[in-house]
Amino acid sequence: MYEGIVQELIDELGRLPGIGPKSAQRIAFHILQTETFDVRRLAEVLLEVREKVRFCTICGNVSEQETCSICRDPRRSHTTICVVEEAKDVVAIERTREFRGLYHVLGGAISPIDGIGPDDLRIRELMQRLGDGTVTEVIIATDPNLEGEATATYLTRLLVQPNLRVSRLASGLPVGGDLEYADEVTLGRAFEGRRTVEA
Amino acid sequence: MFVSRLSLTDFRNYERADVELQPGPDLFVGSNGQGKTNLVEALGYLSTLGSHRVSTDQALIRQGTDAAIVRALLQHGERQVLVELQLNRSSPNRAQVNRSQVKPRELPRYFSSVLFAPEDLALVRGDPSGRRRFLDELLVLRSPRLSGVLADYERVLRQRNTLLKSARAAGVKGNQLGTLDIWDERLVSLGAEVMVARSALVTELTPEVTKAYTTIAGEQHDAALAMRLSMFGGDGDDDAVEVEPDAERSGALDVEETAQAFKAALERNRRSELERAVTLAGPHRDDLVLRLNGMPARGYASHGESWSFALSLKLASAEVLRRESSTGDPVLILDDVFAELDESRRERLADAVADYEQVLITAAVFDDVPDRLAAHVVRIRGGRILEAEE
Ligand SMILES: Nc1ncnc2c1ncn2[C@@H]1O[C@H](COP(=O)(O)OP(=O)(O)O)[C@@H](O)[C@H]1O
Ligand SMILES: [Mg+2]
Ligand SMILES: [Zn+2]
Repeated sequence: MYEGIVQELIDELGRLPGIGPKSAQRIAFHILQTETFDVRRLAEVLLEVREKVRFCTICGNVSEQETCSICRDPRRSHTTICVVEEAKDVVAIERTREFRGLYHVLGGAISPIDGIGPDDLRIRELMQRLGDGTVTEVIIATDPNLEGEATATYLTRLLVQPNLRVSRLASGLPVGGDLEYADEVTLGRAFEGRRTVEA
Repeated sequence: MFVSRLSLTDFRNYERADVELQPGPDLFVGSNGQGKTNLVEALGYLSTLGSHRVSTDQALIRQGTDAAIVRALLQHGERQVLVELQLNRSSPNRAQVNRSQVKPRELPRYFSSVLFAPEDLALVRGDPSGRRRFLDELLVLRSPRLSGVLADYERVLRQRNTLLKSARAAGVKGNQLGTLDIWDERLVSLGAEVMVARSALVTELTPEVTKAYTTIAGEQHDAALAMRLSMFGGDGDDDAVEVEPDAERSGALDVEETAQAFKAALERNRRSELERAVTLAGPHRDDLVLRLNGMPARGYASHGESWSFALSLKLASAEVLRRESSTGDPVLILDDVFAELDESRRERLADAVADYEQVLITAAVFDDVPDRLAAHVVRIRGGRILEAEE
């Protein structure tokens, strides 16, 4: 245990995802000791990000405005929606440069253990977007693990309607994995090889 | 295969230990509580990625230290393989093979062992869970892919049970639970895969068990195996349920038929599952039934017969592993078992293991172990290797 404020800093850092007690300590001392490290800048960015960044009212992606830059981009195809679990998956797919449509961020996957059912995801919002018939294809790109697959199956059954093609990213993605960690080539290939799913 | 050298650092009560081993029998002798089991437990971990005594790794790391290292030099025919595992208290474990990083779960590809321990008696006399674990560990050793199937099955089961609980709490009817069907489908396909794999294994083990039993008992007996399937009403975990006599299957199962039967069982059980908020049928409730001369060994077999059966199961699993192995025989580990056996069973067990490439034996009393297994003796005291005698 360190004294007062130093320990508080370590504790706060340790609350962040992916940061264990050892890393928290290392980061804390980096902040304390490194002359060139601009603490003020970091503090400002942290405050700013909370103030400025919101979630796109259409797709749920992170955005600095009412709607995100992807939803506002007229060059993108408005007939295809790719459904993902988290905003970070949008970034992963954008890196592949294979997809030119729009996204829909669910905000997670169905997982009773974590207390998440269909009603806790942005599924109603997705159905509203499909209402006017502009969208003709939905690509389901939930994670290739049990919860992602369960969510994909649920959506597939819900989305059965005339003139709508529903597909699921082809596997080749590491099973049990996170979409976010799939490398660009694998993820890009998964897009090309997506297959229509039966409800 | 055999282990030619084992080194431990901060494993259990060993600060540092280094021991040279020989092919054939190696005997570890020392009074109780000195570290004999700890030593062989370290090797067992490399092939099953777990301890036969504890379910978490914490107890394996020496008190007051942060990491334990197990290092084994293996001989696969002409080839030498150095396998290393670091167990960390607060970060993920790490593994190396010939100095290059591998995932810990790949280690069983390089080292396989079969451990016999006093706890094995529970295979015959204890709960079904121990027998399921016996089958599943062997399945994974033979086909590592199945560890993923088993883990997925367990996870789907937890998801499904949680869903049933919250449905019960909210007073939701089964047919309004849109997502239950989805979990059911996964449960059925994963569960059928587990049941089919287990039944194929049991079919393969049966003649080996019969043979081993005759060897150990020294006379002809009918030792047979069957699966009792909860989807046919044979729930060994629930004493309240009458066991259906036709819930036993001794042949290999067909995937399609198994999935159909499992699905039907879920439909049949739906009402009571919603009431009780647990999944009542599936491989998590199945049992491996051991029969001796037609009678269930559990509850009928004598102490000596139960031991013969337990040893036969282990010998049969070693035989099955050896048959498929590309790296040679599994290493047999006999931890403190001779003390449990009468004179004649000791001798016959020594015969039964004689042709394995390596057999590691621990004993508190030197004289409990038949002479021909005492070719290479290592004495152990207080977490230290004292000396090796030829
Ligand atoms: N994590 C640990 N750190 C230090 N000592 C341990 C640890 N785990 C077990 N021990 C000690 O190891 C001893 C048991 O060794 P064991 O190999 O089971 O004995 P035996 O020779 O009878 O097989 C006990 O004295 C126990 O206190
Ligand atoms: Mg012991
Ligand atoms: Zn958007």
